[in-house]
Amino acid sequence: MTTRGPMVALACALLCIVSTAPARAAEVMRMAVTTSFHNSGLADVLLPQIAEDLDLEVQLLVVGTGQAIRLGEAGDVDAILVHSRSAEEAFVAGGYGTHRREIMYNDFVVIGPAADPAGLREAADATGALRAIAEAEAPFVSRGDDSGTHKKELSLWSDAGVAAEGDWYNAVGAGMGAALNTASGLGAYILADRASWLNFANKGDLDLVFAGDPVLFNQYAYLPVNPERHPHTRHALALTLEDWLTSDTAQVLIDGYTIGGETLFTFNADQGAGQ
Amino acid sequence: MTELFPLVLEGACTRRGGKDLAGPVDLRLEGQGASIIIGPNGSGKTSLLRLIHGAARLSAGTITWACPTDTARHHQAFVFQRPVMLRRSVAQNIAYPLRLRGVGRRAALDQARDWGVRVGLADCLDLPAPVLSGGEQQKLALARALITEPRVLFLDEPCAALDGAATRDIETILADAKAAGTRIIMTTHDIGQARRLADEVIFLLHGRVHDRARADIFFDAPATSEAAAFLRGDIVQ
Amino acid sequence: MGDLWEGLTRAVWLVLTLDPDLMEISARSLQVTLTALVIATAIALPLAALLSVRRFRWRRAVIAVLNALMGLPPVVVGLIVYVILSRSGPLGVLGLLFTPTAMVIAQVVIIVPLIASIAHQSLRELWQEYHDLLISMNVTQWQKISTLLWDGRRALLTASLAGFGRAIGEVGAIMIVGGNIDNATRVLTTAIALETGRGDFALALALGFVLIGLAVGINLAIHWLGRTEREGRW
Ligand SMILES: Nc1ncnc2c1ncn2[C@@H]1O[C@H](COP(=O)(O)OP(=O)(O)O)[C@@H](O)[C@H]1O
Ligand SMILES: [Mg+2]
Repeated sequence: MTTRGPMVALACALLCIVSTAPARAAEVMRMAVTTSFHNSGLADVLLPQIAEDLDLEVQLLVVGTGQAIRLGEAGDVDAILVHSRSAEEAFVAGGYGTHRREIMYNDFVVIGPAADPAGLREAADATGALRAIAEAEAPFVSRGDDSGTHKKELSLWSDAGVAAEGDWYNAVGAGMGAALNTASGLGAYILADRASWLNFANKGDLDLVFAGDPVLFNQYAYLPVNPERHPHTRHALALTLEDWLTSDTAQVLIDGYTIGGETLFTFNADQGAGQ
Repeated sequence: MTELFPLVLEGACTRRGGKDLAGPVDLRLEGQGASIIIGPNGSGKTSLLRLIHGAARLSAGTITWACPTDTARHHQAFVFQRPVMLRRSVAQNIAYPLRLRGVGRRAALDQARDWGVRVGLADCLDLPAPVLSGGEQQKLALARALITEPRVLFLDEPCAALDGAATRDIETILADAKAAGTRIIMTTHDIGQARRLADEVIFLLHGRVHDRARADIFFDAPATSEAAAFLRGDIVQ
Repeated sequence: MGDLWEGLTRAVWLVLTLDPDLMEISARSLQVTLTALVIATAIALPLAALLSVRRFRWRRAVIAVLNALMGLPPVVVGLIVYVILSRSGPLGVLGLLFTPTAMVIAQVVIIVPLIASIAHQSLRELWQEYHDLLISMNVTQWQKISTLLWDGRRALLTASLAGFGRAIGEVGAIMIVGGNIDNATRVLTTAIALETGRGDFALALALGFVLIGLAVGINLAIHWLGRTEREGRW
């Protein structure tokens, strides 16, 4: 049987590939963050600094707000960083998180075809902008995925007193990037966070058509998972990370982060409120 | 050495789907020579052979070897009408039964090569077995059967699809095996082959032993008219 | 067209410059998939052989279940593994969720039915061919299985490669159980999904081309190793 040789070689090759183990930092913790936060690119600035300052590798699970909260409830992450105030308060009230700490905010913007057929550029405020879309029955793409952005959009529709339904209203049930792709394809309006929009590469004919109403501000909060409910969670690390996120170092990085010359986030953590 | 014979069948019968393929058969076989089973197509020769070998289910009656059946089976080998070729080289095919019995790879292959040469396959030992011709395949099957030095060798029409030369080679191998003391139990529809090899003849009709006699007596003066008709080449129902 | 071309050139560039991120996620893709393949093959092939040679009461049911599982959407497998491995799930204490191990588990679950089913088809034919001879030689169950696995190795290689193809290109399940964590569980397919989501089609396509290249390369390598065996008719 001259046939053994290659088989043995193959098996060895497999075993070699199978054994790799990179370790980057002394400690590892997991944090669920929203797609919009991750798409902003801010994480790529913060995480290396965290690794350097704290010798801590923060593993990010990039999901929608709804799933981020579920991950925290199940104890599969040590902390969550999301932007949906009512869901966050329910999370703490349910005993899943120890507390809620505001870190920073960015803002939502309305994106649409550069030609702006519904005339959003003339709108006075956010509700006016949405009403203009509904009146023109211009195509609109909704995340439709129970994310923070989606929840924000729904509350804006109800503030505007418009029933968001009809042929022009497309709920895609997808993340920010995928929804922007769809809007680009359909030539539709869409509500997006500024960071995702600025980082989005496939802009096509889309343009920013409305922004600036304070109601569009998007507050991010940090919530450590409750160790009483999930004793295995790395609560001490979560608190260390909270201290760092509210520190002056973080403030400089967050306020200084720009894309194409535009500032994205405003640091607003109450630095005296730590535990 | 444990004795396998006499082998006694009493009312032995193999059935399938409510139909008797062979039997009931009463038969006593002694330990020497070659018994040739003949009979018309469908008379149950194959079924009887498989039944004795233990490859067909015994539906009724008994089959008793002079030793425990497991021991008896260990000393048997079976050559099929259509030889089964393992997808390996010729040498590896012949070595296979030894490997099953725990013989080391080297030793088994060495013996296999010896046997390959003996049956006239010296030139094709390293070929894949499935590319051999029909006659060569049957020689391989014989070598594979004989390599374990069985005390009983069953053959089911081993030359049915072979030409004269191949048939002669195989008969030579069988004659050698018989001379070396291997008990041969074989079916054939070739009367000439039966005459050349048989020490005794078992004539099967409708699954039952219709006639049985020493070869010289059977061929000179068959006791039943059906056997006589079969020998003449008439169609026997 | 522009994206396609840019994707292709970026793929070439990434490979030529040995881009460290690309190397890392490609190595992880291979590591996860090949580990899953080895484990799945070790489970599926003996199972297929056993199903071929042994008549037991639930044999037909097992075969039917295997064939049905072959069509199971990976996302469902991912969800089930996720729920089981979640800290709140039955195996939560193991802490395996969002690790490469979890991805291996999901891939094993996905490809075992596929490999076993394809392998079973060819082994069953082989067994029909061998049946009389092996029964006549009084072989043990184990000898039957090892003979079939050895003599059927070419067909089995094909079955394994089918499993490899399905595993390396899988995204739904490993996205869910791995979490696509940078530096920890990001592999080629999840990175492609991520870049698509960011609208960076060119990078996504570049990663896609690397994935295709990797899959073709592994297939060729394994076939080449298989061909160094004696050329036969089987
Ligand atoms: N597996 C089987 N199932 C049903 N009938 C069978 C089977 N094998 C053989 N038979 C039938 O049993 C009878 C005897 O067959 P067989 O022993 O092969 O006869 P022979 O070898 O003398 O030609 C035939 O009528 C054949 O059709
Ligand atoms: Mg026959």
